[in-house]
Order: sequence, then C-alpha cells, then structure tokens
Amino acid sequence: MRRTALALLLLLSAAPVLGVQPGEMLADPALEARAREISSVLRCPVCQGETIDDSNAPVARDLRLVVRERVMAGDTNDEVIDFVVERFGEFVLFDPRAKGANLILWIAGPAMLLLGLCVAALYLRRRGTAPDTAPRPLSEDEARRLREILEE
Amino acid sequence: MLRPMIAELGHFTLTLALGVALVQSLIPMIGAARGWHGWIAVAVPAAKMQFLLIAAAFAALTYGFVTSDFSLRVVVENSHTLKPMLYKVAGVWGNHEGSMLLWVMILALFGAAAAVFGGNLPPRLLARVLSVQAMIGVAFLAFILLTSNPFDRVAFPPFDGHDLNPLLQDPGLAFHPPFLYLGYVGLSMAFSFAVAALIEGRVDAAWARWVRPWTLAAWMFLTIGIALGSWWAYYELGWGGFWFWDPVENASFMPWLLAAALLHSAIVVEKREALKSWTVLLAILAFGFSLIGTFIVRSGVLTSVHAFANDPERGVFILAILAVFIGGALTLYAARAGALEARGVFGLVSRESALVLNNLLLAVAAFVVFIGTVWPLFAEMFFERKLSVGAPFFDKAFTPFMVLLAILLPLGAILPWKRGSVRSAMRPLAGALVLALALAALAFALQTGRSALAPVGVALGTWLIAGAAAELWHRAGRRAPRLARLPRADWGKAAAHSGLGIVFIGISTLMAWDVEDIRVAQVGETYEAGGYQITLAAVEEVEGPNYTSTMATMIVARDGKVISTLHPEKRIYPVAAMPTTEAAIDNGVFRDIYLVIGDPQENGGWAVRTYVKPFANWIWAGSILMALGGLLSLSDRRYRVAAGARRSLAAAPTPAE
Repeated sequence: MRRTALALLLLLSAAPVLGVQPGEMLADPALEARAREISSVLRCPVCQGETIDDSNAPVARDLRLVVRERVMAGDTNDEVIDFVVERFGEFVLFDPRAKGANLILWIAGPAMLLLGLCVAALYLRRRGTAPDTAPRPLSEDEARRLREILEE
Repeated sequence: MLRPMIAELGHFTLTLALGVALVQSLIPMIGAARGWHGWIAVAVPAAKMQFLLIAAAFAALTYGFVTSDFSLRVVVENSHTLKPMLYKVAGVWGNHEGSMLLWVMILALFGAAAAVFGGNLPPRLLARVLSVQAMIGVAFLAFILLTSNPFDRVAFPPFDGHDLNPLLQDPGLAFHPPFLYLGYVGLSMAFSFAVAALIEGRVDAAWARWVRPWTLAAWMFLTIGIALGSWWAYYELGWGGFWFWDPVENASFMPWLLAAALLHSAIVVEKREALKSWTVLLAILAFGFSLIGTFIVRSGVLTSVHAFANDPERGVFILAILAVFIGGALTLYAARAGALEARGVFGLVSRESALVLNNLLLAVAAFVVFIGTVWPLFAEMFFERKLSVGAPFFDKAFTPFMVLLAILLPLGAILPWKRGSVRSAMRPLAGALVLALALAALAFALQTGRSALAPVGVALGTWLIAGAAAELWHRAGRRAPRLARLPRADWGKAAAHSGLGIVFIGISTLMAWDVEDIRVAQVGETYEAGGYQITLAAVEEVEGPNYTSTMATMIVARDGKVISTLHPEKRIYPVAAMPTTEAAIDNGVFRDIYLVIGDPQENGGWAVRTYVKPFANWIWAGSILMALGGLLSLSDRRYRVAAGARRSLAAAPTPAE
C-alpha cells in the first residue's frame, strides 16, 4: 500500500527544487554529461533514496562538486565512483557491484528463470502426453444445479 | 451537540464492524464444513452489514475533515480550515489512520459485492469466500482499533490544523490512493477464492470464471493507481521523472505484475482446466505481495521517500498478519494442492504453453523486483553490508524480462489452443513484424550515436500494437464488418496489449531522447533549448488561496512562431512552511515542453530548467488504454452470470473437477 500519498512526508527535506544548480555545471558539455552520468548512480548519503543529482542536501551538493573536480582532473567514470565509494562506503552506490554476496542479487533473476523454464518444460511435456481424462458424469449436486439453471 | 457525537458514532460503528466481521469469519466457515444451512446463510447479510458499518465510520471521519473538527488528532495533523474542499476530503486518506480505514472499507466493499453478485455461486463456496474475506477484515480492523485509531481525540483542540503536505494537495494525488487500494485490496478477493477452493479441494472452470473478473478489476485499478502516481511524480517533482524504483513504488508494482500473471493463468483454468494449482498459488502470492507492500510502507523497515511516519509496533502487527495469512494459505496449499488435478492436454506449441511462458516471465520479473527491494535489508542482516539497490540495478535486471515478454506476446496471443505451429501463427503477423523493424530503423536513423534503447523500444512497442491489430483482423477472418461482431473480450485483449506497446514506446523514447537544459536566464532573455526559443518574459509574486507563489511567464517559440506561453511557479505553503515546484508543461502528442523556475541568482537572473520530453504522454495514455482493455473484457457478456451458466451447459460434459 502505498504510498505516495501519505507519504511524501519525507520529501519535506527534499522538496522538489532540483539538485544541480547552474553555477555548479562544467563549461565543457562532454565533461558535464559525464558528471551527470556518474551522479545518477550515486546516492545522497543523508537522503531517502535520492541520487546526488536530485537532492538539495548540502552533502549532495558537495558530492556533485567532488565528482566534477575528479572529472576535471582526468579520472575515468569508474575512478570517480571508486573515489566516492572509498569515502562513503558502498551505501552510496545505487548500482550494487556484482561481488561477494551481491552475486546472489544479480544471479537470482536469471537463475529463477532457468529453474522456472525447467519446471515448465517438465510440466508441458507431461501435459502433452497425458491421456485426456474421460469426462466424468455429473455429480448429484451438479445435476440438480444444471436442472435449476435450465428451468430459469 | 451533534458534531462531537459523530466521531464517537464512527468509532462505535467501527468497533461493531469488528464484531460483525468476527461472526462472519467463524459462523459461515463452520456452517460450510458441517452443512448447516442456517449458519451458511449468515455470510451474505453479515458481509453487507460489515460494509455498511465501516462505510458509516468512514463517513464520520470524512465529516470530521470536512467540518475541520480539530478535536480529532488526525484532522489536526493533516488539515487546515483554509484548505480547498477537495483536499479536505482527500485528507481523509492522506494519513496513516485514515488510509487504513479506507483500506478496510474497500476490503468490506469487495466482500459485500461478492455477497450481492454471488447469488450464482454454490452457497458453500460463497460462504467460505466471505468467511476468508472477513478474516482479513478482522485482522485489519483490529490493527486499526488497537494501533491506529483515526478517532483519537486531542485533549486541547487547537484553533487550526497543521495542513496537509502541500505536495499532496494535487488532484492527481487526491485520487491516487483510492485507486491503488481498490487494486491491492481487490486482490484479496482472488485470495479468498483461492483459500476457499483449497478448503473445498476443487478448482474448476466455473471457479476460474469467478476469480477472473475480480482479478481483472483489481489489476485495472492498480494500473490506474500506479499511472496516476507516476503522472503526478512527472509533473509535480520538477524534473519529469516518472518512475524511481523506490521501495514503495515497487511494493505496488509487484502485485501488479502478479495480478497480470494471475489473470492470464486463470484463462487457462477457465478454458482448458490446466494450471490449476499454479493459479491458486499465484492468487495467494498476489495478495501476499499486497500485504508485503502494506508492511513496507507502514513499518518503515525500508527507507523510502514515501514512508509513513514509522512505527515499529505497527510494523510488527502487520508482519504478524502477513505471517498468519500467507503462512496459513501456503500451508493449506502444500496440503491440498495435490488434489487439484489438471485435465487439459496440449502440445508444446500452443496458447497454453505461451501463457505458461507469460506467467513465468511476469513472475520472475516480480521476483527480481522483490529481491532488489529487500536486498539492502538482507545484506545488512546477513552480510553486515550497508548497501543500496536503485534504478541502475532494476534497469539492467528487470528490463530483459520485459523485452522477452514483448517479443513473445503477439505470437503467443495468436496461437490456437491445444496445438499450433509457429509458422502458421507468424503468417498473419508478418506485416506487424515488418512495420516494427521499419520503425526501429527509422528511430535508429533519427538518433545519432546514442544507445539502442529507443530503436529497441520502438520496435517492441510497434510489434505489440501492430500485432494486436493483426490478431483482431485475423480473428475477424479479414473482413471488416466482422470486426464489430468480435467478442468484447477480444477487443479488450487487443486494447490492453497495444496499451502495453504504447507504454514501451513512451518509456524507451523518453529515456533515450530526453533533452535537458539548465541555465541562468535574465528577465527578457531568450535562449535556445532542444530546437525551441524560450523567453523568460517576467517573474512576479502571486497570492494563492493557501500559498504564495513566484510565477514566471515564459514564451516558447519555434522558428519565430509562438507555440505557447507557460507559467512555471515556485510556491511556499506558509502553514506547512514548505516550498513546492509547479512545473509548466506544454503537452503534445510527440513531445512535452517542460519548464521549471528555480532560485533567483546573486548577480540577477533566475535559474531555469527546460526539458523537451519526447512521447512522455504515451506512458499514461498507454496505461489508460491497458485499463480500458480490462474494462472492455470485464463487460464481455461471458461474465454476465446467466451467460456463464449457459456456456457451462453447452460444454456440459466438461465437469467440475
């Protein structure tokens, strides 16, 4: 149940005036685009599930500036993300890394699909060969019900 | 003297409703087991009475909001005398207590509807269904009365209230929760039917014919509810995001996926008497996920932008309800599912198999959403890792299932029952396939060096839409006059499937081709964004009924011709001391122009954001079409009870079980 309705109470702190401000943006559109791409996978450490791009929190602004600093300094996208994760922990990463226990998270879907396909294949094979059970005569109850319907 | 009485009356009828629900959950169940007709007969009047009592309580609470009765705690916390009437009413469910009351009212409404329209059901089955429905009612009525009483008083009523969160003072959001609850709670009907069928130990075509309309209705309401929420996020949050993969959104999406699977598998039970135990399991799971959603939202166990004021006590209570109902139903399932033998025989290439695949993909997709949603919790509990799972994960892990689903859908929909061949099924679809590939090529040519997202989305969407049209044409024997004589269910199916196609096109092109421009503009300045010339003509202060607004006047032109004049606003609601952004949108079939006014800058000028959002409206238009498809199917004469009876007569030797 949901949801928004009630809810947005917490958006209070994150009122919808967008994160990125004109003054923060890099002059080079290519670098700025990269900064935005990086920002879109980084979670604001103090907000409720917002990226640093969308958040108004001061720490999100600081992180946006850090990201741009690193991009300007020539880091690759992965290096920038590593830089932030090293300092704030993997909590800030919206795109969980497929390492360690997280492998379960990434593999769960495809594994479930394979398992389901096997079960479905077995079931379908059985349905394909099962003899069509002969129609059973109506039970007492059903026959009476049928008569009622007919009479209506 | 009357006014203070009304809230007490509401409290009183709510308590009475709990009593009636208790009776309704015990007496008919025992009666059905023992064959005592008098006890069985209790179910129908009790279901009607329970609904009337809860409706009275709901009316009393609404009265409290409308008349601004500030002796009620929820009214103080969520209302204000100056608030427009629409939002005073919407405020009833704009808080935890009131929304739970709406929840149980809808639960009782579905029970009462089954009681009113269920005259044709075998009386024992109906008694059991209503009894299970009442058990859910007992649990949630107790939850409300014990932990979340909406009729709580304050000792010293203040002169005015704290106002409803301004973000919620919006027409889209006023109706969003009722639709969602109709959806969530509608699935309780499928659950009750499933549990009743397990107790009886039989599932047959007639059972499926009963479950399907309820599931269809629930799914339709969920579709509308989710679409309203997404539409609201799009225009209200100020940057045009429409889906965030937030835990609470996921909580509504999982039941939607499972309900979609359920209404397809119920077709197989109805027409072919196969997939019985799977369908029963799906019915249990679909409602189970509704309850999990309730738990996620009300307990605050997962952080979400949507979370209610968190309360561990409530969380534990709902967890207990969840454990009892889902645990109980699954135990029953384990014990009795074996009794539900399948009958229909079909080949590997057949409509049945296609629907099995449909179910598999939808169920696994729901599973992916589930594991992504709860993984942070798991990781913290078992691996002591604090991590996040967000949109990038879901985009990668969820999308492939939808792509597969869309590829298979038109083919599966046209395959005949029992046995078919891919080649003869493809023949009527050849045109649709060619069109899909051609439009994908066009999309690819239109964009330069960008991702494959848009071409793939356009191809799949076109394949779905054109495939649905081709199927209608095929079923009408390629003769236009016969189109009008096709059953409404066929039209409903085509509408829902092409609605999905429209959503595919909307989402993929919006995500791939969105243009964004953020800058400082001086008043009077004209700038260029996404091929449009935009002039910030003026910025002025305006007074609203319960807010003050900074309103800009912006003129959008293309090639010197003015397209529209828009007024984006920034509002402050003084009572809640909260700002909101009101984006101004020029809606179009092929693109939205979306303007936002930000803060004034130190050296003059204003921060302005301009977005050109291609095909944005297709997302909601497609959703509405899906829901309309459901409605069309629902209006098919097959569901009219007498017609249903005639049909089972025509198929006379197809017995129950």
